[in-house]
Amino acid sequence: MVNWANFISQCFNGLVLGALLALISSGLTIIYGTLGVLNLAHGAMFMLGGYAGWLAYTYSDSFIIAVIVGSVFVMLVGVVMERLIIRHFYSRPHEDQLLVTFGLGIVFVEGVRFFFGSLSKMTPPPAMFQGITNLGFMFYPTYRLAALGIVAIALLALYIVLYRTRIGMIVRAGIEDAVMVDSLGIDVYKIFMLVFGIGAMAAGFAGIVNAPVVSIAPDMGEAILVQTFVVVVIGGVGSFPGAILGGLIAGEIISITSMFNPGYSYVMLFVAMTLVLVLRPYGLLGSAGRE
Amino acid sequence: MAKFKSGNKSGLSRRHVLQLGAGVASAAFIPGLGTIGWAYADDKPPIGTWPAGSEGDTVYLGAAVPLTGTYAAQGADELKGWELAVDHINEGHELMKKFAPKIDKGLLGKKVKLLSADSAAKPNTALRVAQTFINDNKIIMMTGSTSSAVAVAMNKFAEREKILYLAGISGSNDTTGKDCVRYGFRQNFFGQTAAAAIGPVLVKNFGKNRKAAFMTPDYTYGHTVTKSVNDYLKEHAGWEMVTNQVSPLGTQDFSQYLTNIANSGAEFIVNVNWGRDAVLSTQQAKQFGLLPQMKLVIPYQIPFLAKEVGADITEGVFAATDFWWTLEDKYPLSKMFVEAFQEKYGYRPEWGAENSYVSFAHWARMVSEAGSFYPPDVIKQFEKGETIPSLIGDVHYRPEDHQCVRPVVIVRGKAQKDMKNDEDFWEVLEVVPGEGLMQAPDAFGCKLGDYT
Repeated sequence: MVNWANFISQCFNGLVLGALLALISSGLTIIYGTLGVLNLAHGAMFMLGGYAGWLAYTYSDSFIIAVIVGSVFVMLVGVVMERLIIRHFYSRPHEDQLLVTFGLGIVFVEGVRFFFGSLSKMTPPPAMFQGITNLGFMFYPTYRLAALGIVAIALLALYIVLYRTRIGMIVRAGIEDAVMVDSLGIDVYKIFMLVFGIGAMAAGFAGIVNAPVVSIAPDMGEAILVQTFVVVVIGGVGSFPGAILGGLIAGEIISITSMFNPGYSYVMLFVAMTLVLVLRPYGLLGSAGRE
Repeated sequence: MAKFKSGNKSGLSRRHVLQLGAGVASAAFIPGLGTIGWAYADDKPPIGTWPAGSEGDTVYLGAAVPLTGTYAAQGADELKGWELAVDHINEGHELMKKFAPKIDKGLLGKKVKLLSADSAAKPNTALRVAQTFINDNKIIMMTGSTSSAVAVAMNKFAEREKILYLAGISGSNDTTGKDCVRYGFRQNFFGQTAAAAIGPVLVKNFGKNRKAAFMTPDYTYGHTVTKSVNDYLKEHAGWEMVTNQVSPLGTQDFSQYLTNIANSGAEFIVNVNWGRDAVLSTQQAKQFGLLPQMKLVIPYQIPFLAKEVGADITEGVFAATDFWWTLEDKYPLSKMFVEAFQEKYGYRPEWGAENSYVSFAHWARMVSEAGSFYPPDVIKQFEKGETIPSLIGDVHYRPEDHQCVRPVVIVRGKAQKDMKNDEDFWEVLEVVPGEGLMQAPDAFGCKLGDYT
């Protein structure tokens, strides 16, 4: 028999987890949609954000400074990565792109492990968000509620940039047809660099926001990378709204399944992905033929 | 493949092989000729990496240890224990001589060298690492595991390759239970002994008929430890398992599991998760307000847990463990070990390092007493079951399942204000003798394989 209090609680958990997955996946999907590069170092960006934020917090004692420093740092890492390495792989086979981003991910993870060790680090939530809130149907960590709001604002900001600005229009056009954008006289490489930076920043930002929830460790990006791939496949490659929808669906599947049998949470997630691939190969909100 | 190639090189035709086989088979049935077979066995034919691995002036040991992933921090700690043990064997260190009096700046006149590589706590990776060490360096003994899934896989690999395997950290009942092998040995405590040691303490402190939620990692370690602890509490004190939250290794967000626990009516959280999973699940249980409202129990201690989650969470928590450094006050060998370890690595050892050191020291003793690296000789030396030292009193290995019968240490988390230094997280309550904690040797289905 379904315990309704538990069911509502799990739906809420799914919403919080889904929002986080949506933010990370949106970064991954706009990079892939625009540049055609599947960034296997995206999980490492999530981790780098967490560490940069933690380091900034250690020196400043300010969560806001941690978020700003962490986000800007990861964006810069993304930009430098694109300019120095990724750029040389646009015309090379997808296998090479996968290998180079996979390798970069290992370098980032082991670099962090070298300097900070394997023991996890905790960034405390801001004082105003500490404690527990009574939602009526359950007690919920206040910071997780705040994180939901912060991630929602970040997604809204990303939406405005993508759908309400000229840059965003060019990026979306690039997703549809980069060659055409280039032939219209727009420096598409500059746009690529910017997109890579923004995509990395989305993961890095999520890494910092998530740091008070899940203490950081060098390998933290590994598991989340797999989940974000599933989200992107479900939502549709290159689709920003698809990443949000996919994130929320993934979050709810994981949470609600765990109510019945936690061991099947991820099984059900992959079942959902398989169903989407069979019934709608280009994802729920993706476009057929997009590469 | 290697055997196939060597067969080809010998130039034997299929007819010759058949003739030879028929001859050998006939000889075995001729009375009086049976002694020929016996003489051949007594001559110690090559087995595994023997004798090639011990013909030079150095013998190699191989460790496949998790340096990345969920168990990375614990793996790095246990690697230090092995390194220290090897240093001590080669130095003829005073502490190592307490375990193996016959060593003399090396083992049987040879230097010992440890090779190590990352296993990420994955069985396939661990086997690949071990195979590389065998191919390249002809290692004479293997170790590694901070996951019983790895230990079980390595056990089977050791039996196949006929090379000794000493389990690293492995808490599953299966390692020396249904998955035991002739070539595998385990020094540390495990699910059954942990449950038998901590169970009475829980019942004494919290009484009967309580409700407990279990958090279990989804592999052999988690399932067997949870079963042992639940069985004990249910049978001896009527405790009820109200929910068992099984999570995959490497889970980051435990909110779904904790929500189920919040709605289960549990009074206790028995957290069997390990490594980073234990850190995250415990921290998040606090975030959700489940701790300290519910009491936390750690039946299988996690090195560095208190350091990572903080004393405010571990205060008052009961845990079972292999070793805690304050035992140096009671046991002279512990004191020597803690001092040597701290001097080299700058912190006091956790139980992973202790298990590594002691298991290597026991192996060094067996080799030096047997006077041979020949694997069956070393195995038979272990199987004599003689009483030998550990860092916390005398122990012995059971010949029936190759499990070390050793004490289990019960600790309780200290309050921050009571800590005498920044590593003084636990107070030792009891060192429970091992003999009374062990199951019957065949209770978990152990059937050791052949020597050769």
